[in-house]
Amino acid sequence: MGTGNFETTIGLEVHVEMQTNSKLLSPSPVHYGDQPNENTNVIDFGYPGVLPVANKGALEYGMRAALALNATISPFIRWDRKNYFYPDNPKAYQTTQSQTPIGTNGYLDVVLADGQTKRIRIKEMHVEEDAGKNTHGADGYSYVDLNRQGTPLIEIVSEADIASPDEAYAYLEQLRQAILFTGISEAKMQEGQMRADVNISIRPFGSTKYGTKVEMKNINSFNYVRNALIFEEKRQAEVLRSGGVIQQETRRYNEPTKSTILMRVKEGADDYRYFPEPDLSPVVIDQEWIDQVAAELPKSAKERQQDYVTHLGIEQYDAEVLTQTLAMADFYDATIAAGADAKRAANYLIGDVNAFMNKHQVELQETQLTPQHLAGMIKLIEAGTISTKQAKQVFEAIMTGEEPEAFAKKNGLVQISDPAVLLEWITDVLDNNPQSIEDFKGGKDRATGYLIGQLMKMSKGQANPGIMNKLLLEELAKR
Amino acid sequence: MMTIDFFDNDLTSLHNALLNKQFTASELTKATLEKIEKTDDKLHAFIMTNPEIALSQAESIDEKQDFAHVLSGLPLALKDNLATKGIETTGASKILEGFKPVYDATVVEKLNQDGAISVGKANMDEFAMGGSTETSYYSKTANAWDQTKVPGGSSGGSAAAVAAGLVPFALGSDTGGSIRQPAAFNGIVGMKPTYGRVSRWGLFAMASSLDQVGPFTRTVKDNALVLNTIAGFDIKDSTASKREVPDFTAQLTGNIKGLKIAVPKEYFGEGIDPKVATTVKAAITQLEAMGATVDEVSLPHTKYGVAAYYIIMSSEASSNLQRYDGVRYGYRADDVKNLEDLYVKTRSEGFGDEVKRRIMLGTFSLSAGAYDAFFKKAAKIRTLLIEDFNKVFANYDVIVGPTAPTVAYGLGEEVDDPTAMYLADVLTVPVNLAGLPGLSVNAGFVDGLPVGLQIIGKPFDEQTVYQTGYAFEQATRLFEQIPDIAKED
Amino acid sequence: MSETTISKEEVAHVAKLAKLSFDDSELTQFTTQLGDILNIFNTLGEVDTAAVEPTYSVTENVNHLRDDVAHNWHQKQGLLENAPLASAGLIKVPAILEDEGE
Repeated sequence: MGTGNFETTIGLEVHVEMQTNSKLLSPSPVHYGDQPNENTNVIDFGYPGVLPVANKGALEYGMRAALALNATISPFIRWDRKNYFYPDNPKAYQTTQSQTPIGTNGYLDVVLADGQTKRIRIKEMHVEEDAGKNTHGADGYSYVDLNRQGTPLIEIVSEADIASPDEAYAYLEQLRQAILFTGISEAKMQEGQMRADVNISIRPFGSTKYGTKVEMKNINSFNYVRNALIFEEKRQAEVLRSGGVIQQETRRYNEPTKSTILMRVKEGADDYRYFPEPDLSPVVIDQEWIDQVAAELPKSAKERQQDYVTHLGIEQYDAEVLTQTLAMADFYDATIAAGADAKRAANYLIGDVNAFMNKHQVELQETQLTPQHLAGMIKLIEAGTISTKQAKQVFEAIMTGEEPEAFAKKNGLVQISDPAVLLEWITDVLDNNPQSIEDFKGGKDRATGYLIGQLMKMSKGQANPGIMNKLLLEELAKR
Repeated sequence: MMTIDFFDNDLTSLHNALLNKQFTASELTKATLEKIEKTDDKLHAFIMTNPEIALSQAESIDEKQDFAHVLSGLPLALKDNLATKGIETTGASKILEGFKPVYDATVVEKLNQDGAISVGKANMDEFAMGGSTETSYYSKTANAWDQTKVPGGSSGGSAAAVAAGLVPFALGSDTGGSIRQPAAFNGIVGMKPTYGRVSRWGLFAMASSLDQVGPFTRTVKDNALVLNTIAGFDIKDSTASKREVPDFTAQLTGNIKGLKIAVPKEYFGEGIDPKVATTVKAAITQLEAMGATVDEVSLPHTKYGVAAYYIIMSSEASSNLQRYDGVRYGYRADDVKNLEDLYVKTRSEGFGDEVKRRIMLGTFSLSAGAYDAFFKKAAKIRTLLIEDFNKVFANYDVIVGPTAPTVAYGLGEEVDDPTAMYLADVLTVPVNLAGLPGLSVNAGFVDGLPVGLQIIGKPFDEQTVYQTGYAFEQATRLFEQIPDIAKED
Repeated sequence: MSETTISKEEVAHVAKLAKLSFDDSELTQFTTQLGDILNIFNTLGEVDTAAVEPTYSVTENVNHLRDDVAHNWHQKQGLLENAPLASAGLIKVPAILEDEGE
């Protein structure tokens, strides 16, 4: 891939916020959307004399991510400090794992648009702390909120294996899914829970030397990443074609123009003065600990898709839809476990439940629906207790938290399948409609439709249509 | 006015007096504050006192008659780099002028729990960077024995306050000798415990891998009593040791028969004042006379200790002091044009020269081109220094030598000569690099100024160090000598 | 082993990293002083440390970790009171320009 006579090399550093209860180095809550600085303490504010203590849960989440991305987990971790001044970085250093990353030498097998699978190698993964948030006022001031400061991040650094903006997009999408299925983060882009730093260089085909890298930081949309890379590919090619030189620089993506804008030219490498963090104890990770974390790691999307197709007879496409989020897949599994028919459960989740979520703009876990209720409704349908038509009402009820069987009973949504009752109605209707019997015998199919309509009216819609149809035909034959 | 003489009373006798109602905690606190009021304009040991808070604490203890702990109701001074909730803590820096932490250091919490009463904040070198307490933004503290001399540093205020009898005990911190050297210069007892023995939570960090909090007292037993209170595991400090805390007074028998003492020949090398060497050698002879065995040993990498120390210390400090940026607390420069300006102006105006010098050294030592040759190299030398100690401690119980190469020098004599100041730390810094416990006790006087005997122990063996110091102190009873400043009543 | 010395320009560069500013005479003085100190530092070059592992901390502690339990210490108010400039629960700083920072 590439542009004209150039080939493209892309590397991605993805940061994902891990949804632990507390911060990486302080016990303050990790919680999005609270009042400014509500979730801060002296540690988060970088007070003189405070000391960090690392969160075991954050390390274990980091281990989950490493396992999911087939990385080797380091047996010994010593934290490092990365020094730089910024208002959202209160200690003026970020605690990270530059020398001893929690994971190294991983990979993600990415399915590309043409159906081919490409292995993108993952160089290393670090557990580190997120910064706070600066907002820029129109009054000549910026404002600092340190709620986010110290939220644990997993940083995933790819090798420069990505050859096009589309590959970058596919990698990001599938990386997000892999992370989602570790259960460590919902990776919501709009809340900044997943952000990408991108670097891109181009070089003439066949050249053994990489071109000069251009960096773009903190892009929080996969589309923006793709657009930014498409623009950069072209821009860099034009610069080179016109005899220019690519500068080592940091650029910013500007969505309205779908272009990138120069922020600053780098003069040599940044000097972050990394050194071992003396305030934290080293971390030793033995196999037993890894095994314990591995046992808690949820099954990946790919494993679940395979299960659904092989064992439950679900179509591949449907299996993919069911595994778009961990919440959906877990919900599906729980619904099956509660005794629902696999196909019907899949159809409901993909169809009516998804439609409900879209209509109300809610996540599955924000609805009142439980796997038990969905399974309960499906069981009522399967047993013929309610009709699929009646199920529509029941569905609306279970979406508001009602128990399906109780709701159906309370509202008379019970299907009558007893042949004795049905026969009585059939005899009654046939006796009163001799003309329809004539029509039927004369070959007019419409006649049965009319008779069924009458029967439904008589049963107030509760007659089981399948059984009633069969009995009606039998009775008609007798006349 | 009631006067209470801390020279006639050690902590135990003060405790007994409170128990026996010879005086109340309030009377004791008041008397202490009055003594400070009267004497401290000659000494400048305190940056500030907190009479209201101290007296209200004392009243509450009197009300409850809660003298369960030996420190209950006893006054002390805190070095001004220990966080006290709601009470100004400045690190003796302009950049923290008026700063009131919203939390207590763990050692402060422990002292509070035991009912000890902090009467004020002791002067120190700015952010504990210095060896003479002359880099303080607030004042220069004088030596208790001669007010034209420095008290040593960086915990000079704590040491002078105890030596002059203003308080019966004080806390300091020691990163490269900042407890032991001022203890030596003021003729009192100062302990730097093993790294990890005392929680660092709430100690304004200079160099995280070297800093320790420790007590100043007039006697070894008092010192052990205070360490009993402040030592111990702390979940809030990732480097605090889980080891059990023994009763540090348990081995104070006066008996050191069979104790194996090592004397490093390097501790009597170039740069050591011959009179200091003579005094310390006499002290060692005394220890030998009491039944200890004494051998000369070698710690061959000693001469590299200062370089390794100054690289590691300044590197860590440069990073630790980056948080003083004018954003969240402390001093913020006026008339700043933009963020960069805020940082640079605040820090340039807020820090003194010695702090800037160390920040520069550390920033340089960690910078891309220098890291391997300086920071990493120093960390390797640190390994060699530790190995030196390990070899000696395989055969010996304690290492003894001088605490400082000289006695206290004149105020203003060396503060502008950083290299001379740094080299004077040669005897104390290896102990911090190796994380060992080190005690300074008075070994005698040279020209009317005290000389320190340094006793270094194995990691977490403060007990043997105290045992040695106690035996020496009881044999010589040098602690009974009183500086003139305390006789002026 | 070549000895490291420091020029006035390098001192200025280090000052920039450390967010400190010096006037010209201070810079000259610091360059001399830092040079003298670096001479002491350079003595470490005498020691062969090729086979020596560095020691970054003497702590015996390993895996001093905290369980993932959230605890709000409710210090917000005190923290904001100490801020030189704050408004609506936020810390105020001079406007951050786009190209400043990391």
